[in-house]
Amino acid sequence: MKTLLLQFLRSIRQSFQDLLPIILVIGFFQLVVLKQGVPNFGGILAGGLMVVLGLSLFVQGLQMALFPLGEDMAYSFVKKGNLYLLLIFAFTLGFGTTVAEPALIAIADEAATIAAGGGVIENEAQARESYATGLRLVVAFAVGFALLVGVIRILKGWPVQYLIIGGYLGVVVMTAFAPQEIIGIAYDSGGVTTSTVTVPLVAALGIGLAKSIRGREPLIDGFGLIAFASLTPMIFVMAYGMLF
Amino acid sequence: MEALIHFVATTTGLLGDVLPIAVILIGFQVIVLRRPLVNPARVFTGLVFVLLGLALFLEGLELALFPLGRMMASQLTSPSFVLGGDAAVLLEFTWTDYFWVYIFAGAIGFATTVAEPALIAVSMKANQVSGGTITVNGLRFAVAVGVAFGVALGTFRIVTGTPLHWFIISGYVIVIIQTLFAPRSIIPLAYDSGGVTTSTVTVPLVAALGLGLAETIPGRSPLLDGFGLIAFASLFPMISVMAYAQISEWRTRRGRNADTNPQNPT
Repeated sequence: MKTLLLQFLRSIRQSFQDLLPIILVIGFFQLVVLKQGVPNFGGILAGGLMVVLGLSLFVQGLQMALFPLGEDMAYSFVKKGNLYLLLIFAFTLGFGTTVAEPALIAIADEAATIAAGGGVIENEAQARESYATGLRLVVAFAVGFALLVGVIRILKGWPVQYLIIGGYLGVVVMTAFAPQEIIGIAYDSGGVTTSTVTVPLVAALGIGLAKSIRGREPLIDGFGLIAFASLTPMIFVMAYGMLF
Repeated sequence: MEALIHFVATTTGLLGDVLPIAVILIGFQVIVLRRPLVNPARVFTGLVFVLLGLALFLEGLELALFPLGRMMASQLTSPSFVLGGDAAVLLEFTWTDYFWVYIFAGAIGFATTVAEPALIAVSMKANQVSGGTITVNGLRFAVAVGVAFGVALGTFRIVTGTPLHWFIISGYVIVIIQTLFAPRSIIPLAYDSGGVTTSTVTVPLVAALGLGLAETIPGRSPLLDGFGLIAFASLFPMISVMAYAQISEWRTRRGRNADTNPQNPT
């Protein structure tokens, strides 16, 4: 009990250190550059305490739940030896965690507004909504596909750079042909797909797979899933923009 | 009271984020793999910690830092600050007028990346898997430097109005060239760090900055130019993480050469 408390106190101190740069930057600009006072000091103090406490809890939960869950799943699938089940799992995980992602919903709605303004689709609520839903499904499908390919890559031991660089060349070529309005959204959709809860889980899954397959090195083969998940949405979204 | 309601709303929002993951994981574990969860009580407590921790984290940021950060973004980009005096619209300006905006963009990009929970998670894993050769703080620092440079360059792009894809494509070319020369073991991690940088902390503040710029500069559209800053923030960490590995490899090699050739003064 005492060690647990000590550990938690240490993690609180670490979280405070993590937050310190933001406090310094905002404080410097507020006081020195903009030459203004600090409004609502009590609120800032309370909020800061919440951030520190929250970050410590998150890191604790990471080690208790998300990391072991991801690695255990990887071991179980390898032990079971059923490739198709593993691939279905990878796709479902990518699709399921992305389709309901709040950041993605926001981007999709904004994209629909741009498309309607640019005359790509009719400016009616229904047309906008079906465009936004279509975009969300496309991005979720892209992330599912990314995890599927990423898992095959770990199993086969392919070097990550060939696939990723090939993908980037695809992005560059498609940028030349995709409609102007979609390009910014496509680039950004790559970044929003990987949420704070998904990232640790997917990282643990990849490392668990690389650890449990002979001949794979966790550092070289285990990482890379997140990179796939941020690359494929760009390609799929530009394709979506070209087709609709 | 109002704060409590808001907190409950944030928590339910996050529940929508965590629930599909929990359903998929437990569904596959119990129904498909037919294996009971190892230590279910611990896993459940851990998931509650993750949920509660993220809710507190986001809520605290919303209470303390985001309003101030957003206000700052709009003040720093407002014509009266940029040109001084009481200018209300920007008619003539050079990119150097936005000096403080670039500094702020870089500083806030660095600071928010250091606090990014997803990056902390990946750094912990990388540290564990590499047996300690990659330190948690070293990786986070390298990524944060990349984000800082990326966001600062991204604001410069909005000010000058250069097309987004020129920067992104040249960035990719640098990534490809570095990939040929970087130590093999860092490459997957470098690629991954591009994707993890942009989540809960960085996006809201950086997006506010991009929107503020695009709204005040004539000829920029908030929808076309406001987007795209995030892309900068996820491209440059790849470059900086590979550079970090290249520099540390080069330094150890130079150190070793100096050791083996003591009579050869360098």
